[in-house]
Amino acid sequence: MTVLRTAPPVPARVAPPPLRAWDWPLVLAAASLAVLGAALVWSATAAELAAAGRWQGSYGLRHAVNLVLGLALCWAVSRLGHRAIRRTTPVLYGASLVGLLLVLSPMGSTVNGAQAWIRLPAGFSIQPSELAKVSVIVAVALVLADRDPREAPDLRTLGRALAIAAVPAGLVLLQPDLGTVLVIGAIVAGMLALAGVRAQHLLVLAAAAAAAVAAAFLLGMVDQYQVDRLTAFARPEEGARTFGYNTQQARIAIGAGGVLGQGLGQGSQTQGGFVPFNHTDFVFSVAGEELGFVGVCVLLGLLAVVLWRGLLIALRARDLFGRLVASGVVLWVALQSFENIGMNLGIMPVTGVPLPFVSYGGSSMFAVWIGIGLLLNVHAGATADD
Amino acid sequence: MTDRTHARLLILAVLVMSLVVTLAARAFSLQVAGADQARAAASDNRERALVLPATRGLVLDQLGRPLATNRIALDVSVARRELRRLDDAEAVLGRLAALLRIDPATLAARLENCGTPRARPQPDCWNGAPGADPVVARDIGVERAGVILAAPADYPAVTVLESAVRHYPGGTRAAHVLGHVGRVTAEDLAARADLDGIATIGRAGLEEQYDAELRGRPGLERVVVDSAGHRQSGGVVEPAEPGQTLVTTIDLSLQAVLEEQLEAAVTRARGRVDPVTRRPYEADGAAAVVLDVRTGAVLAMASAPTFDANVWTGGISSADYAALTDAAAGQPLLNRPLQAALPPASSFKVVSTAAALQAGWSPTDAYDCPSRYRTGGRWFRNYESRAHGSITLARSLEVSCDTVYYRLADQLWQADGGSDPVEEPRELVASTAADFGFGAATGIDLPGERAGRVPSRAAKRALWQERRDDWCRRADTGYPEIADAERARYLRQLAQEQCVDGMRWRVGDALNAAIGQGDTAATVLQVAVAYAAVANGGTRWRPHLARALLDADGSVVRSVEPQALGTLDVPAEDLAFLRRALRGVIEDGTARGAFAGFPVDAVPIAGKTGTAEVFGKQSTSWFASFAPADDPRYAVVMMVEQGGTGAFTSGRSVRQVYEAIFGVRDGVADPARSVLVGGDVADGPPVLGPDGVPRVPGGAGSERGAGP
Repeated sequence: MTVLRTAPPVPARVAPPPLRAWDWPLVLAAASLAVLGAALVWSATAAELAAAGRWQGSYGLRHAVNLVLGLALCWAVSRLGHRAIRRTTPVLYGASLVGLLLVLSPMGSTVNGAQAWIRLPAGFSIQPSELAKVSVIVAVALVLADRDPREAPDLRTLGRALAIAAVPAGLVLLQPDLGTVLVIGAIVAGMLALAGVRAQHLLVLAAAAAAAVAAAFLLGMVDQYQVDRLTAFARPEEGARTFGYNTQQARIAIGAGGVLGQGLGQGSQTQGGFVPFNHTDFVFSVAGEELGFVGVCVLLGLLAVVLWRGLLIALRARDLFGRLVASGVVLWVALQSFENIGMNLGIMPVTGVPLPFVSYGGSSMFAVWIGIGLLLNVHAGATADD
Repeated sequence: MTDRTHARLLILAVLVMSLVVTLAARAFSLQVAGADQARAAASDNRERALVLPATRGLVLDQLGRPLATNRIALDVSVARRELRRLDDAEAVLGRLAALLRIDPATLAARLENCGTPRARPQPDCWNGAPGADPVVARDIGVERAGVILAAPADYPAVTVLESAVRHYPGGTRAAHVLGHVGRVTAEDLAARADLDGIATIGRAGLEEQYDAELRGRPGLERVVVDSAGHRQSGGVVEPAEPGQTLVTTIDLSLQAVLEEQLEAAVTRARGRVDPVTRRPYEADGAAAVVLDVRTGAVLAMASAPTFDANVWTGGISSADYAALTDAAAGQPLLNRPLQAALPPASSFKVVSTAAALQAGWSPTDAYDCPSRYRTGGRWFRNYESRAHGSITLARSLEVSCDTVYYRLADQLWQADGGSDPVEEPRELVASTAADFGFGAATGIDLPGERAGRVPSRAAKRALWQERRDDWCRRADTGYPEIADAERARYLRQLAQEQCVDGMRWRVGDALNAAIGQGDTAATVLQVAVAYAAVANGGTRWRPHLARALLDADGSVVRSVEPQALGTLDVPAEDLAFLRRALRGVIEDGTARGAFAGFPVDAVPIAGKTGTAEVFGKQSTSWFASFAPADDPRYAVVMMVEQGGTGAFTSGRSVRQVYEAIFGVRDGVADPARSVLVGGDVADGPPVLGPDGVPRVPGGAGSERGAGP
């Protein structure tokens, strides 16, 4: 009797997954958000650009170009193997640390009180804190996944994860960009919880975080500017000169949109320039005014699709690393979107975080597409084994 | 995969989706439930209602020559709402203050609404509509406006506005008649709803009288603005309706002559020493008017001292205002022809003469004119204590014999019962005076006219009741504040008499009233209307300055028709007698010297001098007249306070006015040389060209005196 031996299993993946293995609902929803963003940015900036004698679509077009570049980055990241990711992560992480240090050096430039940008020639500038978010997610996931998944992470692992997050977060805090620090902190906290860190450890961490925040305020590490900005949403009628003006005008714009909106390019608040930063942090107000509640629901729906597909990828992830990376990206997009839209709607403090895919800004766009690329990468790993 | 992470991931999924739902719920509450409120806030943000000011109507003379026009001024306003949004508001205000050469704190103060706790007193606060953008500087000139306009980035929230301001090309010319305009204040707006959107209103003179017609109706524009307050789009909802053009009865050339001659009278008086006070005459106020006796149209009206009407433009400074209202400076703002009521003295004798004829005195009989007249235990002196023997009534008017009128007044007083009056005393002098229009405003179309006073038994009693307490108190306390002991003693004695006996109409009161002295007070305008009535056969025309109101296109909106105030209750032959007698005053009476060499055969003049004694002051000079005496057209009356005799001070100037009107040169009258174009008053309102500019006919006299 001859025992037929089956051939040894072919390695699961020798070639990168084909494009058809992408999670297309995820990609299409995210890209739709970015296309919508391009339209909103166009509308928000057209009048001002025209007044300055420039082509009114230049910002909208640049947003679209950023989307294309982001998709390319996404494609590249989605093709990386597990080992490549492991190899790339320290580089990415290190690069973002260098970037964050450069921002604090004389090379950095200050916008609205926070020294968060590196100006490059030809009018380009990059925001290293966006890159820092991605690299922290991957690096923390690597640390937390480097153990037996059935057991809760030990204190040493926990310490390493925290240290990895704390260094960039500390540098961002020096800018100071409290919003980004809070987003990084919340992502890492969520990832720790998902990684199975014990409840008592999480409680201790929460207490320590609260103490750190209190200390930051008490030691004057946070500017009055930051405090005012954070608390302005609670005092909406305070008037023009404070940050209350921004949120007040944004809420007027969103409310004035009503159910159907005033039409793209037709919103008086948007076109009259009453809402400052409405192509970046307050881009949601443009959607609210010009596209109405219907448009807002479409935007939130697309966002929900992105988040839902991301959660599915996390659930179906084959290994702990994939699951942590995927849920980190989901947490990132979810928390930052909630903070940004909540700020526009007047239920969250004003912190300078962009709305993923929609707000104008290359760094944010590239970072978030790298995140989508990571999701696709995890997705490919999961499906290839099915 | 562990169930541990799996379960926690499911919790995360629920949390993440609930965040999205939370956002949707909040968006629903803002956009569906709160949409109306937000829309109102948004439209409040972007829509501004702009008032389009109406151009104020022109004021023209009878031929269309401009008396009041408009010119463009550049003002600076600051949009407070936009300013508050600026991070560098202080720097902007600092730059603007330096440009306007004012203190930055003053500039900041001008942004506060007047009357609010932080506001400074006017003019360093915003006194316009509280919601409007404050105007912080007016009429800044082209150069400084250019600085702002050239660098809008340096002056955000700052706007240069064009505003039309009133301009009086003649400066002092007819300043009192024209009046002036002033800014509408917050108090005005609170008091009057019809001033909404109006920037300036007439505050005096014709500007005040015809304000409703001159100011037009402001228009409305709705403008959509951006966050910096810059206009994005807009549309005129309602165009502004320009004010109507007021054509006056004033003849600019004749006005110039009258003002010139009034000034000449003042100068003449000041060059002469008053024999009583031994000081030169003060001549601290003077008035004159020229009426068309057929209509009551005011052809010229002058008041001295005068002022430049343009001082009001752009807001008058407090120093200028103090100077204009200073009593020591002769109160230049007073429009004396209708606002100064003084004893008319002998010019009043036309009334007394008419009363004498009414009382049965004969125009042909002779009456005794002694140097003094005794009644009630007192002597009453004739003027300059001259006796003229036995003379006719006409002659007594010519030589202005007081004692003849004393006798008349004494007789009439006795007939009324003397100091024990009959039930209904006739009071013939007072009732004739009222018939001639004394004691009542003429109703001229100018604000602030005074009624003057005609003394009578009833008037004296009323006055006494009003002042008795004051007199009795003064009888008690005396006048310790008066330094001159003799004068104080005299005043106290007077107060004592008045306290006890002030209600009684004594014979002395009657005598004074008959020669236009005592409590008699009349304005130049009243005297002119009375003389015009004598001249035209008995009709008292309402004196008026408006001839017509024209639309912007020149069509007549309203033509002012002459309006009769009443007819003199004097027989025609008595009026003819008065005209003859007044002609005698010029040709062979008190004004003979003043009119020496005047061609009275060609242009006979009728007139009456008056030299009024005013207690504590130098005498008032009056000259009342009309011409030509045989076919009267013009009445000219002039009065100079503390000016000396009627003939010398006023009479000579009035003669010059007639020379201008009738074109007299070297004793020959020639209508072609008249200051009036065509030698006469224009027939109808001037014709405006399609551009709204009047077509002014040229004429021999038009260059004379028309300049400043």
